[in-house]
Amino acid sequence: MPTVEIDRRRIEVEDGTTVIRAAERLGIEIPHYCWHPGLSIAGNCRMCLVEIEKMPKLQIACNTRVTDGMVVHTTSEKTRTAQRAVLEFLLINHPIDCPVCDQAGECKLQEYYMDYDRQRSRVPLPAKVRKQKAKPIGPLVILDQERCVLCSRCVRFLDEVTHTSELAFYQRGDHVDLDLAPGRTLDNPYSGNVVDICPVGALTNRDFRFRARVWYLERTESVCGACANGCNIEIYHREGTIFRFQPRENDAVNQYWMCDAGRMSYRDLQGEVRLTQPLVRGAEEFAPATWESALGAVAARLREGGAGIVVSAHAPNEEVYLLRRIGAAVGARVAGISWSPPGAFHDDFLVKADKNPNTQGLRLQGLAPDGGVDELLAAADLRTLVLHRADLATWRGAGAALERVPYLVVLDTDLRETAEYANVVLPIGTYAESDGTFTNHAGRVQLLRPAVKPPGEARPGWEALGALLAALGAEPRFDSAEAVFAGLAAECPPLAGMSYDTLGTLGQPAAG
Amino acid sequence: MPEHLLLRCRDIPDLRQLDVYLQHGGYAATRKALTTCKPEQLVEMVKASNLRGRGGAGFPTGMKWSFLPKQSEKPVYLAVNADESEPGTFKDREIIEDDPHQLLEGIIISSYAIRCHTAYIYIRGEFARGARVLEEAITQARAKGLLGRNILGTGFDLEVWVHRGAGAYICGEETGLIESLEGKRGYPRIKPPFPATHGLFGCPTIVNNVETLACVPHIVLRGADWFRSIGPEKSPGPKLFCVSGHVVRPGTYELPMGTPLREIIYTHAGGIPGGRKLKGVIPGGASMPVFTPEEIDVPMDMDSVQKAGSFLGSAGIMVMDDSVCMVWALMVLERFFHHESCGQCTPCREGTGWLHRVLVGLEEGQASPRDVDLLLHIAGNMLGTTICALSDAAAMPARAFVTKYRAEFEQHAALGRCPLRSDEPARAHG
Repeated sequence: MPTVEIDRRRIEVEDGTTVIRAAERLGIEIPHYCWHPGLSIAGNCRMCLVEIEKMPKLQIACNTRVTDGMVVHTTSEKTRTAQRAVLEFLLINHPIDCPVCDQAGECKLQEYYMDYDRQRSRVPLPAKVRKQKAKPIGPLVILDQERCVLCSRCVRFLDEVTHTSELAFYQRGDHVDLDLAPGRTLDNPYSGNVVDICPVGALTNRDFRFRARVWYLERTESVCGACANGCNIEIYHREGTIFRFQPRENDAVNQYWMCDAGRMSYRDLQGEVRLTQPLVRGAEEFAPATWESALGAVAARLREGGAGIVVSAHAPNEEVYLLRRIGAAVGARVAGISWSPPGAFHDDFLVKADKNPNTQGLRLQGLAPDGGVDELLAAADLRTLVLHRADLATWRGAGAALERVPYLVVLDTDLRETAEYANVVLPIGTYAESDGTFTNHAGRVQLLRPAVKPPGEARPGWEALGALLAALGAEPRFDSAEAVFAGLAAECPPLAGMSYDTLGTLGQPAAG
Repeated sequence: MPEHLLLRCRDIPDLRQLDVYLQHGGYAATRKALTTCKPEQLVEMVKASNLRGRGGAGFPTGMKWSFLPKQSEKPVYLAVNADESEPGTFKDREIIEDDPHQLLEGIIISSYAIRCHTAYIYIRGEFARGARVLEEAITQARAKGLLGRNILGTGFDLEVWVHRGAGAYICGEETGLIESLEGKRGYPRIKPPFPATHGLFGCPTIVNNVETLACVPHIVLRGADWFRSIGPEKSPGPKLFCVSGHVVRPGTYELPMGTPLREIIYTHAGGIPGGRKLKGVIPGGASMPVFTPEEIDVPMDMDSVQKAGSFLGSAGIMVMDDSVCMVWALMVLERFFHHESCGQCTPCREGTGWLHRVLVGLEEGQASPRDVDLLLHIAGNMLGTTICALSDAAAMPARAFVTKYRAEFEQHAALGRCPLRSDEPARAHG
């Protein structure tokens, strides 16, 4: 294993490690545009040129492998001169339209200019090469050719990851344009990733664009709930509103990417039919109720026996666990359901046919993904039915059966068809509004963190169920989702030894 | 050295026809190589000859061959660089058009030496006639058992394909050529890996220039010692010099490596016409630093020209008399590089255009005195910072022109116009 010295600090790395990676390990960022860890090495931007002793010319850190005894200088005068030169070259034909550019605030041209350049332009504005601006190239992506630094990250992503090759370079020299291949549209299921990897404002997201300056947004690490893959994400939000999902690196799950459906699924979490207060049916209509009275009524009913509980695979593990505890407390049967629209898109990369984020979580707690829902509905002695995040009316056309249920309790985020049959509706938060865990298709348990608060009086699911359990007089009382998970992990062998701390930001595979 | 080796076509009519070529000793070298030499002996022979690449970089050919992996399950390819796109260079064209079998012999022997069974001739698109001549020569050679399966009954197989380029200077760069040959955009590759291990279609590949390969049959017939005895030992052999510009007899001259530049210009090419004086000469194609009249006693071989501050390059000698505006001349060169930069690396993509625009400003009277230093600054930032040598190719002449003819550049900036033109636009010089 070679030892390299970078900026007077030494590190031993595996054979074949590149200088840029070795520097990263030392916490030294070598500026770069074209290099991306998930793509092949292009070596074209020249921003990562560094001085290496005994080499006559500066070398690109992205494609230079470390050798034993190599000495690298990333802040020497020679390196700095090259960095300034590359930035000056990049900017001579750049429109410098930051005030109207949506990338501002997360733009590597802006950042590196401030970090490495800071010189005045020596090119008069009229001399700049003009190219096409604001060209929609797909449902999600818009292109500004003038801002493009031609790093080829997007081209390589579309060649190497999606194998769809919608974008390419045309013309030569400083007239090179990034553009769609003739007759093509950037509409593959992963198109949004090109926006994430574009280091500048050339490719921006048509959905997010001009809705918020990124420096006003907060970020919360979480997991996408749009399918069973569980791509790691960051939720960008401000004052209770989610603005976008972006993928977060996790080699074991999604590398650096996520699908467009998942990316856009943030909109499903803040629909116009969100439930904001408990509802209890009077003679005909629903009437708003307090949590206390609604839970009291539900607890009283459950104690009467003849209860059944259906929990869907949209529920985090903690909620599944609490429902099982409730079931045990009142002797209710508990069934799981994992429903996906028939024929839903899936592929052999990230998008799974199972559109539920926690089917595997149900299984690990002993609930088959479609275990006994029909039997439960058909049971002659069914007096009370609790449906948790389970829109059976839509999924199963179960309206007639639900009509016959004497007392129906619905816990959900939104007012869906099933709620029309309910006696009590309890508003709960989405997975972006609560602590919790999902177990993905491969059995990886991953942490959810609340980005925003549930609207109105809606409560995180675990909190609502914890309160119901308390109203039933059952012990113990859980004061956090983390405590619920601890209870689950203690009882569920595949999760043995896991806690929110051990799950960390990347999750852990369940045993077995 | 006889007058013509590489340019025997000038002495023998219809040498491009196989029967004529055979009558004049053609394919004797191929027969000798394939029947009496082992491949590794040929590699050693070429190494011993000190043959260096004639495309521009002057890399030792035998050493390049020896970089091929000794054991490889992948096929080895030979890519013949017939892209001849360096401005001021027109030597390979004559070999291709008038003596194609000399090139084919070089290809066959070299392929045998490097254990290659498929060779591609990448010929610049504009050489339509050359491509046709090569196709005909290949057909003739195939019919005589000199190409294809079991060549001359030796068991050696070789197919040669002609691939026409589509008009890009950058496809003369060996990895740009390989990309283009693979059907991709002509983008030079980052190195490592080098073509000898990861070349065409990811396989071990040797890229050799036409003139380089044309030397190989002569080395086989007459020996490495003979070759090494022509000109300086470290960069020997017969050499084609392309003389253009303000000389009495422009054209290609086959002379021993190391012939002094002054002799080439004044003796062989007949000197400067019209009683004018020499102002400058580019010794090695558009990308090489210019020499002033005081610098032309340099022997024209790779090491000597490099010692004198320029490069032999493709040996495209461009002669400029005192009617030439050096700002204009540089502007024309930089217009070419601006047009031809592939656009991949930032310094070259942006720098070539910037150089060109500043020069247009100087020539057309829209520049400030600071622009003279700006040219040097841009060129300095372009040197040695890119994947291939095109950036250097644009920067080196800029630096040499501005440094050696600085007064003329400053005069342009101070006058706000080209001092060599009266009222006509500067471009009228050309």
